[in-house]
Amino acid sequence: MTVVMEAKGVRRYYEVKKGMLAKAATVRAVDGVSFTLEAGRTLAIVGESGCGKSSLARVLAMLEPPSDGELLIDGLPTLAPEADRRVALRRAVQMVFQNPYGSLNPRHTVGRILEEPLEINTDLSRDQRAEAARAILARVGLRPEAYGRYPHMFSGGQRQRIAIARALMLKPRVVIADEPVSALDISIQGQILNLLMDLQEELRLAYIFVSHDLGVVHHIADEVMVMYLGRPVEHGETGLLFDRPAHPYTRALLGSRPRIQTGANKIPRKTLSGELPSPLRPPPGCAFHQRCTFATELCKRDRPELRQVEGRAVACHHAETVLGGAD
Amino acid sequence: MSEAAATPTPQTEPVSAPLTPAREVWLHFRQNKGAMIGMYFIIALVIVAILADLLAPHSPIVQYREALLVPPVFQDGGSWRFILGTDDIGRDILSRLIHGARLSIIIGFIVVFLSLGFGVVLGLSAAFARGTVEILIMRLMDIMLALPSLLLAIVIVAILGPGLFNAMIAVSIVSLPHFTRLARASAMSELTREYVSSARIAGAGTLRLMFRTVLPNCMAPLIVQATLGFSNAILDAAALGFLGLGAQPPTPEWGTMLAGSLQYVQRAWWVVTFPGLAILLTVLAFNLMGDGLRDALDPKLKR
Repeated sequence: MTVVMEAKGVRRYYEVKKGMLAKAATVRAVDGVSFTLEAGRTLAIVGESGCGKSSLARVLAMLEPPSDGELLIDGLPTLAPEADRRVALRRAVQMVFQNPYGSLNPRHTVGRILEEPLEINTDLSRDQRAEAARAILARVGLRPEAYGRYPHMFSGGQRQRIAIARALMLKPRVVIADEPVSALDISIQGQILNLLMDLQEELRLAYIFVSHDLGVVHHIADEVMVMYLGRPVEHGETGLLFDRPAHPYTRALLGSRPRIQTGANKIPRKTLSGELPSPLRPPPGCAFHQRCTFATELCKRDRPELRQVEGRAVACHHAETVLGGAD
Repeated sequence: MSEAAATPTPQTEPVSAPLTPAREVWLHFRQNKGAMIGMYFIIALVIVAILADLLAPHSPIVQYREALLVPPVFQDGGSWRFILGTDDIGRDILSRLIHGARLSIIIGFIVVFLSLGFGVVLGLSAAFARGTVEILIMRLMDIMLALPSLLLAIVIVAILGPGLFNAMIAVSIVSLPHFTRLARASAMSELTREYVSSARIAGAGTLRLMFRTVLPNCMAPLIVQATLGFSNAILDAAALGFLGLGAQPPTPEWGTMLAGSLQYVQRAWWVVTFPGLAILLTVLAFNLMGDGLRDALDPKLKR
């Protein structure tokens, strides 16, 4: 398998000013994320609001540079000093945004939206660009008339198809999808997910799929990374994580998922109490200990690092206990 | 393929051709009576300005020595030769007003062109650059706004020397802060939208982002400000002309006409009234149209 994207300890910090005299505080939105992504595979990044998944997506899409760590695409560092190489790497990663109402320029026709990446990055003629745009419209299931229309003439699902089409114009190897279906109706969600999966198979795309919808993630992802307060807490194959979560937080997320209980492999429903702590003042020790039923003195003191437990990486002192099924 | 291909588009089509954004604005604009009246007046004014040489019965600067202060046609002593009467040195007021329309349109156009152009560039630069550049630009604009606009214009004309062209430059500079602030504010709100991020991902450079991605979406408030700025420009240029700092005699500029005939207010009312009325109606027409455009272009005011 070919590795198309690799993150090595990627961090993204933001300075927050709290007033004229107060010292600027640092928000560790993404605090050390590592993974490798192979062509044709999907890595889902899940977590509740404010856990840093969107910040991570922006770093991976090269919209923002990582504050620390390294991001490699096709084995080449994205922070390369040579400008032309950075441009070449940028083409390899494209993004689909959450809100299809905001991600398409309202003043441009669909044709122009689709052709813009080609106009900037290639020297195709006007006719060739138009032809490519029409071909891709057909591929994502839109009528040819869409070419000359404006985004406001389309429904949410159709707009998301346009956004997907635009992401594919440069034939990228990695597509970062930041909650691509959470703004859509359930019935449309399925269509868009199937379109994404068909395209993946056909073009051997790698997906980074950011979501908080675990049902969707189970459906589409090969691997799942669970994030909490900017850090990955568990990372492994989808089936493994969904069947036997080793981190109490993963377990709580899965437990909070609305679903029909079938008796077998029933996970006791446990909802989390409390709120996500402020990323400005992360708690000492394990960031999750205040909301965790397994927490001990050790968790308040020492921050657990990621370690391999039964085929997945997990950052918990008590992973074995959690896996043991004791409540 | 799954159902993704099975339901590509909805079955219902919008009635006939879909509305382009421009057409939608026009439909809204048309419902506003005042704005339409303003627009017709402006169109008429532009036609008069273009055809001034054909429409004016006399030359605007020829002095008819035998006909000083002739009253307009509908008053005793008036004649069809000078429909709106003559001024103190025997020039036909109607002809001067018609030629003055040409000047006023040119003044408005050049002033708006200059201040809109520079204002957009400065405002977008401030919004994109942030940091020191933004502070420099915006504080300079604040300083300019803090001074009364006519006073500032007088100072600039005093430095550059009186004359119509210098007056236009002065008025452009005075109206620059409004355009700059407006351009920056709308660019900043557009910059947070995701379509800007997606253009970045597509590889768009800063200039492309500024002028092709963001600017078209900031145009609505700028168009409104430009229409209102048009009337301000005419008014300010007339004020400068009135003070003797704008167009110099015998140029038939409305403000200059007012100034030159002030001492006849008691004796010959028409000498002052008609130029004043021309300024008033033109400014009113532009304001009406500007208000109508604002309603039509601002999605928040729709329905």
